[in-house]
Amino acid sequence: MTSLAEPLSSARPRRVWRNRLFTGAMLVCMLVAFGTLAVLLVDTLLTGWPELDRQLLTGLPSTLAEEAGARPAILATLYLGALVLLFSVPIGVLTAIYLEEYANRERWWNRAIEVNIQNLAAVPAIVYGILGLAFIVRGIGLGRVVLAGGLILTLVVLPTVVVAAREAIRAVPDSIRQGAYALGATKWQVVWRQVLPASIPGIATGSILALSRAVGETAPLIMVGAITYVAFDPTVLGPYTALPVQIYNWTRQPDADFQTLAAAGAVVLLAIVLGMNAVAIFLRNRYRKQW
Amino acid sequence: MTSTGLTVGPPAATALPGKRVRWGEQLVHVVLFVAAAISVLTTVGIVLSLLLPALDFFREVSPWEFFTGTTWAPLFLDAQFGVAPLVVGTLMISFWSALVAFPLGLGVAVYLSEYAAPRATAVLKPVLEILAAVPTVVLGYFALTFVTPFLRDQLGVQVEIFNALSASLVLGVMLIPTVATLSEDAMAAVPRELRDGGYALGSDKLQVSTRIVVPAAVSGIVAAFVLAFSRAVGETMIVLIAAGQLAQITLDPRQPIETITAFIGATGNGDVPTGSIEYKTIFAVGLTLFVMTLVMNLISIRLVRRYREVYE
Repeated sequence: MTSLAEPLSSARPRRVWRNRLFTGAMLVCMLVAFGTLAVLLVDTLLTGWPELDRQLLTGLPSTLAEEAGARPAILATLYLGALVLLFSVPIGVLTAIYLEEYANRERWWNRAIEVNIQNLAAVPAIVYGILGLAFIVRGIGLGRVVLAGGLILTLVVLPTVVVAAREAIRAVPDSIRQGAYALGATKWQVVWRQVLPASIPGIATGSILALSRAVGETAPLIMVGAITYVAFDPTVLGPYTALPVQIYNWTRQPDADFQTLAAAGAVVLLAIVLGMNAVAIFLRNRYRKQW
Repeated sequence: MTSTGLTVGPPAATALPGKRVRWGEQLVHVVLFVAAAISVLTTVGIVLSLLLPALDFFREVSPWEFFTGTTWAPLFLDAQFGVAPLVVGTLMISFWSALVAFPLGLGVAVYLSEYAAPRATAVLKPVLEILAAVPTVVLGYFALTFVTPFLRDQLGVQVEIFNALSASLVLGVMLIPTVATLSEDAMAAVPRELRDGGYALGSDKLQVSTRIVVPAAVSGIVAAFVLAFSRAVGETMIVLIAAGQLAQITLDPRQPIETITAFIGATGNGDVPTGSIEYKTIFAVGLTLFVMTLVMNLISIRLVRRYREVYE
C-alpha cells in the first residue's frame, strides 16, 4: 500500500512530518499501555520480594505481618477455580451449541437470549455479588461457603465461555457438517462427533481465559462474604477467604509490613492469572486450524 | 479433514420423507435450551434481587429524596439518602478514565490495524490481553502505593492519599485493551477497497487512516467507547482501594470520593443484617448502577450490530 503513497509524500515534506508525528503519537499510546504494565509488574515484584517466601504459601493468616501467610486463601482460590470450571464449561458449551446449531434466529426468544448474554457480559461484577448475597447466601440459605462463591463466579464468567465457545463452533466449516449428514448422521451425532471435537482448542482457550478472570475477581466475593480471617484449610461447604480478598484486606491494614505482604500476595495471584493466560495464548497459537 | 469444495443441499436429516421421531434428539434439544435459559434466569434473578429490596427501601425513603438529595450518609444516626454524591463520584471517575482510555485505546487500535506488521501484531495483541487480565485488586493496590506517591513526589500534584485521580488513571490504562480490541475489530471490518480508493486518489497512510478507516468504523469505535465507559462505571476494586470512601460532591479529582460500586463493596461485606436499612440501601444503589450500565450496554450492542450489518 505504501508504494503508492511514498513518491507523493516525499515530494511534500510537510506531509512527511505529519505522518511521522502521527506514527510517533501512536507509539506513545502503545508505550503508555505497555509501559504501565511493565512498571506494575516490576514494582509489585520488588515491593513484595521481602515477603515472598514459604511462609506466604504455607502459613496461616495472622495479626502479625511477619508470621502471616495465605495458605487458606490460596487453597480456597484453587477450589473456587475448580468449581467454576466444573459449572461454567458444560453450561457455557451447551448454550453455545444451542445458539449456533439449534436456535432458529427467526424466533424472538432466541434473539432475546443472544442480546441477554451480550448484556450479561458487561454487567458489573459487583452486581453479581448482590445477586449472590440476596439469592444464594440469604435466599436459599447456602451461607458464606466456597460453593456459593463458586456459583457466583460461574455466573460472572459464563458469558465469556459462551462467546468463546460460539466463536470456536462457528469456525468449523459447514462442509464438515454436510459430510456427516451425507453419511446419515443425526443432528446430535454431527454436533457431538464432528463439530465439538473440532472446536475443542477454541473452547479450551476461552475456558482458561474465563477461569483466569474468575480467579482474580474480588468484588463479588466480598459481597458473598468471603471473610478475611480464616485460620484453617477451607472445605467446599465451609467458610473461606480467597486470595484476592486476602490481598484486599492486607492493603487496608495501616501497618506498612502488611502492604509488603499485599504485594507478595499480588505476585502469587499475578503468577497464577498470567500463567493461565500464557497457557491459553499458547493453546490458541498451537492449535489454530486453517480449514 | 479437507473440504471437497462440493456444495450440497440442505442436510439430509431434515429432508428424509416419513422419518420417525427421534426422542433422543428431541431430548438433546430440550437440554440445550435449558442450558441457554440459565443466562436468562440469571438476568431475571439479578432484576428481582435488586428490585424487591429496592422497592422496600423506597417505602422507607422517598424516591424524591433519593434522587434529588445531595448528602449521602446512610449509616449515620441522622441518616441522609441523597444519591447524588455517589453518582457524581462515579461519573467523575469514569470521565477521567475515559479521557485516558479513549485516545490511547484508539491510537493503539489504529496502530495495530493500519500500521503494525502482522508479526508485530502477533506479539502485541497477547500483551494487551495480559494487561486486560491483571486482577483489579492488584491494580487498586498499584494505584494506591505507586501512582499516588508518584503523582505527589515526582510530578508535584497535590493529591490526597486517597484520591479520584490515581484511581482514574489506572482504571483508564486498564480500559485501553477494551477500547483497542473492539475498535480494531471494527476497523478490520472496513473493506480494503475503501482504503485502496483513498490511496488511488493520492492520500497517504495518515489520511487513509484518519479520514477513511476511522470514519467508516465509527459506529464500532463509539460502541467500544460506550462499553469502556460502562466498565468504568461498574469497576469496583480500584476505586474502593485507591479513591477513598468519602461521599462528597466535588469536581476536583485530587480529592477522595466515593462511587456507587465502592459504597456497595464497603457496605455489603456479608455482615449486614438482612432487612436493615443498610441492607436495603445496597439494593437501591445497586439498582441505580444496574440501570446505568444496562442502558450503555444496550447502546453498545446496537452500534456493534450496525457496523456488522454494513460491512459483513
